[in-house]
This record gives sequence, structure tokens and C-alpha cells, in this order.
Amino acid sequence: MTDSFEPKITAFVCNWCTYAGADLTGTSRIKYASNVRVLRLPCTGRIDFMLLAKAFSRGADGIIVSGCHPNDCHYTSGNYHARRRWMVYRDLMDFMGLDTRRITFSWVSAAEGARWAELVNEVTVAVRALGPYTDYRELALTGVE
Amino acid sequence: MADTHFLPQASLDTLFAALTRDGRRILAPVDRDGRTELNPVEHADEVASGCLQTVLSAKEAAFPKVERLLSYTLAPGAVALQDAEPQARPTVLFGLRPCEASGFRALDAVFNWDTRDSFFNARMTALAVIGMSCTRRDEACFCTSVGGGPGATAGSDILLTPVDGGFLAEVLTDKGRAMAALAPEAFRPDPGLEKKVVEVPVAFDPAALTVRLKDLFDNGIWAEQSLRCLGCGACAFVCPTCVCFDLVEEADAKGGRRLRTWDSCGGARFTQHASGHNPRSTQAQRWRQRIYHKFSYYPERYGMLGCVGCGKCTRACPVDMNLQEHLLAAAQA
Amino acid sequence: MDVIATSRQLLESGAVQAVIGFEAGTRGIPRPAFIRRAEGAGALVFDANCTQNLGTYLTRPEVRTLGRVAVTATPDTLRAILQLMAERQLKEEDVLALAVDATGEALELPTAQAVEEHLAMVAQVLPDRDREALERLGRMTREERWAFWQGEFARCVKCYACRNSCPMCYCGHCTMDCNRPQWVAEPSHALGNLEYHMVRAMHLAGRCVACGACGRACPVGIPVHLLTFHGEESVHRQFGQRAGASSRLDYALSTFRPDDKETFIR
Repeated sequence: MTDSFEPKITAFVCNWCTYAGADLTGTSRIKYASNVRVLRLPCTGRIDFMLLAKAFSRGADGIIVSGCHPNDCHYTSGNYHARRRWMVYRDLMDFMGLDTRRITFSWVSAAEGARWAELVNEVTVAVRALGPYTDYRELALTGVE
Repeated sequence: MADTHFLPQASLDTLFAALTRDGRRILAPVDRDGRTELNPVEHADEVASGCLQTVLSAKEAAFPKVERLLSYTLAPGAVALQDAEPQARPTVLFGLRPCEASGFRALDAVFNWDTRDSFFNARMTALAVIGMSCTRRDEACFCTSVGGGPGATAGSDILLTPVDGGFLAEVLTDKGRAMAALAPEAFRPDPGLEKKVVEVPVAFDPAALTVRLKDLFDNGIWAEQSLRCLGCGACAFVCPTCVCFDLVEEADAKGGRRLRTWDSCGGARFTQHASGHNPRSTQAQRWRQRIYHKFSYYPERYGMLGCVGCGKCTRACPVDMNLQEHLLAAAQA
Repeated sequence: MDVIATSRQLLESGAVQAVIGFEAGTRGIPRPAFIRRAEGAGALVFDANCTQNLGTYLTRPEVRTLGRVAVTATPDTLRAILQLMAERQLKEEDVLALAVDATGEALELPTAQAVEEHLAMVAQVLPDRDREALERLGRMTREERWAFWQGEFARCVKCYACRNSCPMCYCGHCTMDCNRPQWVAEPSHALGNLEYHMVRAMHLAGRCVACGACGRACPVGIPVHLLTFHGEESVHRQFGQRAGASSRLDYALSTFRPDDKETFIR
């Protein structure tokens, strides 16, 4: 890991809260780390755990998953289902030895422009310190003759 | 006429060292957590003693479970294609049972049938076999019923048979002679050693079975036998002669690679057509296919059986689809 | 009456068209058997070595066409039957569970309620060896667990013996079969193996009946059942829900409570 390592952070966010919140960050002219690549989904309930695994295998060093606060889901209960799924998946990830420090789950509302910037900055600093997630990327090359 | 020698147990390490110095990787049966695996070794004492067979076959040395055939990178308006060069490391398979050693012939029949498969051939060229005759067997073995035997030499470049203090070594081919020449001091003159192997009584006549199968295609026995079959690929993947494969493309916007992977005719979707039709939609049809492929189509097409009687399928099957038992039942159907 | 006599009677009377049980195998342990005529019932055995979960056969088209079946059932198989009923894969009238007690007596459990009541008397505990293995893994560091599973998965050849021996893996079109897009990498390289086992563990979390058939089926000895056992314990610990206890669906990942508690969402 050299000083010039810049982590790639993939963010899976829901359209109605976090994506709108991130938009507010921009219209408020708040600067934040440009390491993040934002992927918009209708709801956190739609986020398949394999999307996270695919992000890692495609080169993400860190992942943010963010949506509406509990009780505020645009589709009423999508985020409740997502929460359950993450509680199980995160446990499984840790059991299989994946680095759960590289995934951050959060609730960020459409009004929380400043908070989004703060979250991305914190995650970027943390993942930069962890270094590139080469262990995971190397999997595609291991076991191929 | 084979060239026979006495190879003392204590000289095995000399042979291994010579093979390693010659740049060859040695793969041998190794004990690991109660299983026998085929793994790289450097010293004779790493080799499992008293094991019957490895769980997975040695076909991996010539037909790996995942193999890159080509790769490419994409740029606007341009595709840069690289045919993969087979990474065929010179390899010695040590301790391979005669049943398995004879199995490479069945793989060769497919891989050199109408097209010469350069990957398989490169690996076979780089491969040498030091086989080990069998002094034990279990109930799953039936090599003698399919033209093989516990001391058969087909497929081995050198065949070792245990004797007091070491092995009777039959040096059979040019590759065998080249290996022996690397450690000539290990191959002592044969003082008239007797080749003693375990007895494996013949259980059935495969030629008669092949004939019988012609009348059994629509017989209900296949549905009966396959009721407990799980339709997994364990039998196909441990089998030294099973050769079906799938081609998989892994690509994204920047480039990709094409891989060859093992496949099994036991899987429900193996013959699924793009139209949605599946000509082998029941496990009975798939089980029948397995038997016919090995005992009817192989003889018809290649003039050889597609089974070496090693019994690996029987041992690996979670629900005891005992091949010999099923074949005997079919012969009597 | 013992299993043989019970089965004979059921087949003779036409109450069932087949008895799914075990017969002596050739590898030292009993193997699944399908008895269709009363005269064949004498082949049935039932002992501690009868471990393949027969529930896996109940969703197969070839078995459904046999008609109403009786199944000699360990508690694992009974849980599988309840879970299959809960997931609408099995109707009560299509299967007659035969629980076998320690003396060899067969107990007919013709309804979901009968099965539930019978199971309520049997504590669901993990075998010691598996509990110890899970604890050992839990004590490892994250890096050690990564190394452990990568070492195990290196042997995986994607034969799917684990999936096919599982009563809950009944999808006619498994996610592994989907190739447009190829969502889970098919080849048995390190990535393909990790993704497959990860997907399977998640698809079974909250549905696994902890029978261990998957781990026993693996021809190369990978303890895949520890992944699904872990998922089952994780769901039970976090949500109090468990598969196979009832024929009414109680699936943790399709339900929620507004006050579900976690410690990691910012």
C-alpha cells in the first residue's frame, strides 16, 4: 500500500432518502471525498446481498449501504426487511472471514445533506487505512489453471 | 517386454529428489483429515501409506476443474484477444492406481476425436505416471470386470508393485525410461521378484452388458434405480473418465476470459435447450444416459469402455448408487 | 408395530402408494429406499445411521407422481416436512410421517399438528461435534476464518451434492442455473465457490432444519453444514424464529418487527 492509494467506495442508496440527501449535499455546496460511486436503487429493501459481494469482486475497497430511517421508508417497510437481511448477512460475512469493517450501513434522510458528506468522509478515511481489498479481488484468479 | 527392477523403499526419496531437480512437480496421494487427496509432495514420507484411492481422480492433471482457454481486453473499436497457453507444468503422478492410469485413454478418445484439444494434449505431454499396483481392494472396486486389473500396466510409464523392502518396478515406456534414468541408482537389478497383487474376481462381462443394453433403453429399471439419485455431480466429478465440460464466459465492459469447467450429465438442466425443451427431463433418463454413455456409446464410438471400475463414484455418492450393483441388476433385467 | 409391519400394512391397504425409508447399503451405512409393494417392506431398516434427510425426496416430480407416501422420519426429517408444508411445497394429505422411537416402534403422524406435537417433545440440539466446530470458528480471528474457509473451498468442485441432498433446496430453477445474467459465478474457482456457498447459506438462513445432510453429502469433506447451521443459529439468536417448528410459515427474512435491534447501523 503506497501513500497514493485511494479507496474505491461503492454506495448503494435508496432513491427517496439517501440519494435525495446526497443531492442536497451537492446543492448545499458541501465538499466531500470523491472516492464514492453512488448507485441509486428504489429502496434498501431491493438491495440483494450479492450486490455487495459483486461490488467487492469488481474492485470496491469499501461499501456504503444507506436508506431511509426506520418508520420513514417510502414503501413503508422495505427498510425493515433490509435491516433484517443485513443483520443476517453481516453475521455470515464475518463467519466466512470477509472484512465487515469495509461495509457501513446507515440511515441518511433526504434532509441530511451534511450528514451524508460526513459519513462518506469517515468511511473513506477508515477504508484508506485498511488498504485495498485485494484478498477478495484475488479470488477470481485463484483456482484457474 | 518390460524392463523390471527392484526399487528399495529407502530409494524412493532419491527418485523424488531427482524428479524435483528435473523441474517436475510430483502429485501423490496424501492423508488429510481422514481423506486421501492428490496433492503436491516433495518427499516420499508425505505419501499416504495404506490408502486405497484418492477421492478425486487424477484427471485434474490433464483436465483441470477450471481452465482458462482465452482472454481478451476491450477498448473502443478494438478487441485484443489472447489465446491462453496451457500452463502445463511437467508433472509426475505418483502412486496412481492401475484403474485410474488406464482412464486417461478414455479422456483422450474425446479430446482427440475430431479436433485436437491443445490444452489436454499439452498437459498429457507434460505428464508422466508412476503407478502403484493394488494389494488391497474394497467392495466398490471392479476393475477386472472392465478389462483392467490390480496390476495392469496400461497408462503407467513405470508401474510399482509392493514387495518386501520396496517395490518391483516395471519400466514400461520412453517416459518411464527417462524418469528411471534420472535416478539410475534407485533402480536395482530385479532378483526375480514375484508380482503379487490382490485378487479381484470378475463380476460381469461388459461385452454381454453392451449387447443387453441395446434392448433395455425403454426398460423401467432406470426409473427404479434412479429414485434415490440426487442428481448431483459427485459421480461425474470424481470419475477418471468423465469428460463433459461447460464453457463459461466471464466478462465485463473492460474484457473477459473464457473458462472450461467440469459438468455433469446428472444435473437436471444439463440438456436444457434454449427453447425450454429438455430431452432428459427426468432423473431416470439422466441415469440411463450415464450407464449408456459408459457401456454402450463409448464401445460403439471409440471401441473402448468409458469406465475403469475404480469405484470412486460408488464411494463418493451420498446415497450409495453402487455402480457395480446397478450394472449387475441391469444385466439381469 | 415396527417400521416393517407398519409399512406392509399401509401398502396393503392402499393408504399410501410408497414408503420412503432406508435399506441396507453397500458402503456400511443405510441408503434411501422406495418401497412400492408390501412384499418389499422387509428391506426397511431404521437406526442411528439413517442420516440422509428423506425430506429432500418429497418435492421431486418423480416422487410426487408415486402418489401418497409414507416417510420414516428422524426429527430432522419431521422438521423438514413441517417447513415444506409451511412453504406450501407439501400438502398434509400427501405425506404420512412415520416417527420411529428408540424401541423401533413406528408412530404414524398423519397431520401437521401430530408432527408438531411430536417434535415439541424432542429438543433440537446440534451434535456436539458441530457445536464444538462452530465454537472453534467463533474463537478464531476474522483472518483465520477467511483462511479456514478458503482452504476448505479450494477442494470444492461444485458438484452440488450439498444442495441436492438438502430438503429445503427444492427450486426447480436454482439461482445457480440462471445464466442470463450469470448471477453467481459457475466455475469452481475461489470466487465461484465462495459466492455459491455464500448464496446457499443466505437462501437457507431461517429455513435450515439443521439436519447436516449437506455436510455429510460432500464428497471432499467440506463442512458446509457449519455455514447453514451458523445461519440457523444467527436467525434464532437475533429474531427468535426457527425453521421446522410449525406448518405455519415463520420465516425471519420475510417478516420484521419495527423494533428489531442491531448494533451496527449508523
